[in-house]
Amino acid sequence: MANTIFKTNKGPFVSLMTGLPGGGKTFLGILLVAALLVPLSNLLLPETSPFHVPTYLVSLMGKYVCFALLALSVDLIWGFAGILSLGHGAFFALGGYAMGMYLMRQIGDRGVYGNPVLPDFMVFLNWTELPWYWYGFDMFPFAMLMVLLVPGVLAFVFGWFAFRSRVTGVYLSIITQAMTYALLLAFFRNDMGFGGNNGLTDFKDLLGFDLQVTGTRLSLFVASVIALGLGYLVCCFITQSKLGRVLVAIRDAESRTRFSGYRVEYYKLFVFVVSAVLAGIAGALYVPQVGIINPSEFSPANSIEVVIWVAVGGRGTLWGAVLGAFLVNWGKSYFTGSFPEAWLYMLGGLFVFTTLFLPKGIVGTSATWIEKLKNRRRESPDIGAPLSVKEE
Amino acid sequence: MRITIKTIIAALLFLLATQASASADLADAAKGLLSKNYSDKILATETIAASGDPRSAFLLEALLGGNLYATKSGNRLVSREKVSDGYQIKDIVTDEDLGVVQSGDLSKIRINNRMRGLIKDLVGRLTLLNEDPALRLKAADSVFKSRPKEMIVPLSDALAAEADSSVAAAMRRALAALNFVHGDTPEAQAEALLILEEQSDPEVKSLLSAEANRLAAIVNPSPEVQEFAARVDRALAKVDEKLAMLGIIENIFQGISLGSVLLLAAIGLAITFGVMGVINMAHGEMVMIGAYTTYVVQELCRNFAPDLLVYSLIAAIPAAFIVAGLCGVAIERSIIRFLYGRPLETLLATWGLSLILQQFVRTIFGPTNKEVSSPEWLSGTLEITGGLALTYNRIAIILFAAAVLFMLLLVLRKTSFGLQMRAVTQNRRMAASMGIRTGWVDAMTFGLGSGVAGMAGVALSQIDNVSPNLGQAYIVDSFMVVVFGGVGNLWGTLVGALSLGVTNKFLEPYTGAVLAKICILVFIILFIQKRPRGLFALKGRAVEN
Repeated sequence: MANTIFKTNKGPFVSLMTGLPGGGKTFLGILLVAALLVPLSNLLLPETSPFHVPTYLVSLMGKYVCFALLALSVDLIWGFAGILSLGHGAFFALGGYAMGMYLMRQIGDRGVYGNPVLPDFMVFLNWTELPWYWYGFDMFPFAMLMVLLVPGVLAFVFGWFAFRSRVTGVYLSIITQAMTYALLLAFFRNDMGFGGNNGLTDFKDLLGFDLQVTGTRLSLFVASVIALGLGYLVCCFITQSKLGRVLVAIRDAESRTRFSGYRVEYYKLFVFVVSAVLAGIAGALYVPQVGIINPSEFSPANSIEVVIWVAVGGRGTLWGAVLGAFLVNWGKSYFTGSFPEAWLYMLGGLFVFTTLFLPKGIVGTSATWIEKLKNRRRESPDIGAPLSVKEE
Repeated sequence: MRITIKTIIAALLFLLATQASASADLADAAKGLLSKNYSDKILATETIAASGDPRSAFLLEALLGGNLYATKSGNRLVSREKVSDGYQIKDIVTDEDLGVVQSGDLSKIRINNRMRGLIKDLVGRLTLLNEDPALRLKAADSVFKSRPKEMIVPLSDALAAEADSSVAAAMRRALAALNFVHGDTPEAQAEALLILEEQSDPEVKSLLSAEANRLAAIVNPSPEVQEFAARVDRALAKVDEKLAMLGIIENIFQGISLGSVLLLAAIGLAITFGVMGVINMAHGEMVMIGAYTTYVVQELCRNFAPDLLVYSLIAAIPAAFIVAGLCGVAIERSIIRFLYGRPLETLLATWGLSLILQQFVRTIFGPTNKEVSSPEWLSGTLEITGGLALTYNRIAIILFAAAVLFMLLLVLRKTSFGLQMRAVTQNRRMAASMGIRTGWVDAMTFGLGSGVAGMAGVALSQIDNVSPNLGQAYIVDSFMVVVFGGVGNLWGTLVGALSLGVTNKFLEPYTGAVLAKICILVFIILFIQKRPRGLFALKGRAVEN
C-alpha cells in the first residue's frame, strides 16, 4: 500500500532532492546557513561587533523557527488537502505540555517546596501523589514519544470521526475551533493536574543542561532549525509523491476524487495526523526556549493567527508558510514593543488585506508576477504572431 | 440573625414613616418614656403601640435595642449613631437630624425585663398588623425564620384577622413552624407537621431535618417518639420531593434563560451563516457594538434627558439594530461581497475585522468594563412559590428572544424582502434573472443579521460585562448553536439554543460550569460527526455546495 502511494519515477529520496519545488533548495540552504552562522556569530564574535547575535535574539529566533514549523504543518493540510484547521494550536500546545511535563519532573527537589516527586503547583494544591498520567515523564525518551503520540492520537481520533462522516469546509474549521476551545477550558481547570491557568513554568534543565546557559539555548535553536528542515523535507516528500497529488485532487474536487475510487478520508486522515505530529514537535521545541507553557496556547485566537501566517506567506507553497510565520511574528514583536496600540489593527488589517488582495500570499503572488515577466520577455519577439491562436 | 431581620423591618418602617407626617399623638405618648417610673413607661409603651402611627414600631425597636436616648437639654427622644467625633443623634419621632453630641449629653432610656417582653410582643404585633400587606408578609417571614416562642399568640391573632391570602399562607407557615418547635403537646406538633410538609422551602427542610436528627439521636426512644420521628421523616421526604421538583423547574428556567441568550447571540449568525453561507467571525463584535450602543444611549439619556433614563434600554434596541446593521452593510459592501464562494477566506477576513473592531472600541471607550445599569422595572425577582424565584431580567431576556425570533420569522416569511432573500438563497442566478437585485439583497440580509446581533448586545449588556471582549465570549457558542441546529433554519436555531442551554444547566450541578461546557462542546463535536448538517438539515442539491 505504502509503495503504491509513495511510488515515484526514481527512488524516493533522489526524486525528492531533484524535484524540490521552486525555492526549496534555496530555502534548505538558508536554513543550513542560519543553523551554522547564528551560533558561530554568537560564540565567536565579540559583543561589540555589529554581526554579533545576542543570546536573547537567538532564543527569539528559535521561537520563530518553532512557529515556522507550526505554520508548515498548517500549510501541509490547508495548502495541499484543503483542510482549514482552526485548532492546530491545540496540537502545538499538547506537544508543549508533554515537553513541559518532562521539564517539570526534571526540576526534582529544586522547586520552591522541595518535593522530590510532586511539581510545585501540586504541592500547593495539597496533592499527595502524582496523577497516573504524569508517570514516565521523568524519562526523556518517554516524554519525546508522548510529544509525538499525544497530538498524533488526538488528531487520529478527531480526524477519524470527522473525515469519515464527511465533515468538510467551514464545518470542520468550526469543530476544530471547538476542540481547541474545549481543551482551553479543560486545561484552565486546576484539578486537571496541568497547573491550571499558570501552566507549567520555572524549568531548570533539559537532559542535564541548564536552560539558562547560552550553549543550551544555541543547541535548542539549532535543533529547532534542524526540525524545521526535516519537517520541510517530510512535507515536500508527501506533497511530491502520488499521495500528494491525490491530496491536491481532494482539495480541488473532493467529491470527484471520491467518485474516482479514492478513499478520501484515509488520505485526509494520514496528512492530518502527520501535520498534528509536526505541530506537536514544534510545541515541544518551543517550550524550553520560552520557559513556560500555559492554557492560553489553546485559545482559538492563537490557532487562527497561525492560519494568517500561512496565508500571508502563501498557501500551498510550504516555504511560503515559513516566510509568513517569520514576517508576521517579527512584525508582532516589533509593533507590540513600539506601538502596542497599533498591533491589533495591523494584524486585523493583514487578515483583510491578504484575503482580498493577496489570495496566494507573498510567495504565490510574486511567483505569478515572475511568471508574467518571463512570459512577456518570451513573447516580446513575436509580437506579430496572430492573436487568434491564443483565443483557442 | 434576629437583630438583622428586625433592622430590616425597622428600615422598612422608617421608609414608610418618612412619607407620613409625624404624629403629635406619638410624640406625646413617647414623652411618657422619660419618666423614671417603670409602670409609667409601660403605660407609655402601650399608648405608643396603640397610636397606630407608622413610626411607633420603629420607636419601640429602638427602645428594645437600647438605642433610645433622652437629650439632657431639651428632653427629646433620640436615636444615636457613633461617628468619629461623638454621636450623631436623630429625633426618634420626626427623624430630624439634631447634629453631633457627646455621650455625656445623652441619657439612655432604660427598660426592665418585664418591659422587654412586652415590647417584643408589641413590635411583632405592630408589624403583623401593619396596613401594608408587603410588610405583614415580611414580618411573617421573619417570624418564620427566627421562630421566637412569644410570637405564637400574636401570630395566631394576626392570622385570624388576615384578609390577604398570600400573607395568610405565610403566617400559617410561620405559625406551624413555631408550633412545631415550641409546641407543648405532641398533638400540636403533629398538626404543625401537617402544614409544614405541604411547604416547599429549604428553610422548612432544614427545620425538619434538624428535628429528625435530634429525634434520631435519642437513646432508647419511647414508642411515641419513634412514631413521631417516623412522621417527621415522612414529612421530610415529602418536602424533599417538592424541593427536587422545584429544582428541576428552576433548572429548566435557567436553561431556557441561557438558551435565550444563546439564541439571541446565534440568531443573527443563523441568517448570515445559515441563509447566506457567510462565515462571519466578526459576528460577536456586532453583539459588542450593540452593547456599546446601549451604553452610549444610556449616557446620552443621563446627560440630556435624565427623566427618560429608565427607558434608555428600550430606546437602545432600535439604536443598536441600526448601528450594528449599518456596520454590517458596510462590511458586506467593502469586504464580504468580494469573497462570495470562498468561505474559508471570508472566515479569515472577518476574523481580521473582528480584531480591528475590538481594538477600535478599545481605543474609543478604553479597555475597562462599562457600566450599563439595569432599569428599576427589570430588577427584582418574581417569587412563584417558596424556594423558586425568577429574576425579572432573565424573564425579560426570554421574552425578548422570543420576540426577536418571531419578528425575524415574520420578516422572512411575510415580507417581499424575505421572499427575495429566500429566492437568492435558493438559486442566486435564477433570482437575478427574475430581476432581483441580488447584491442589494445580500447587503440587506447581512445588515439584518448584524442588526439582530446588535439587539442581542442590548440584552447581553444586562447580564454580562460590556467590554471589548464581550463578543469573543459568544462566538464559539453561537457557531455551536447554528451548526447543531442546522444551517438555514431558524427553528433549528431555536431548538439548538434551548436544548444546549437546558442541557448545560442540568449538567452544571454534577460537573461544575466549566466541565459542563466542555461536555457540551465534545457532544457537539461528536454530534456533527453523526449529522454533519445539524438537527434540521436542508435536503437536496444545494447542500453539497
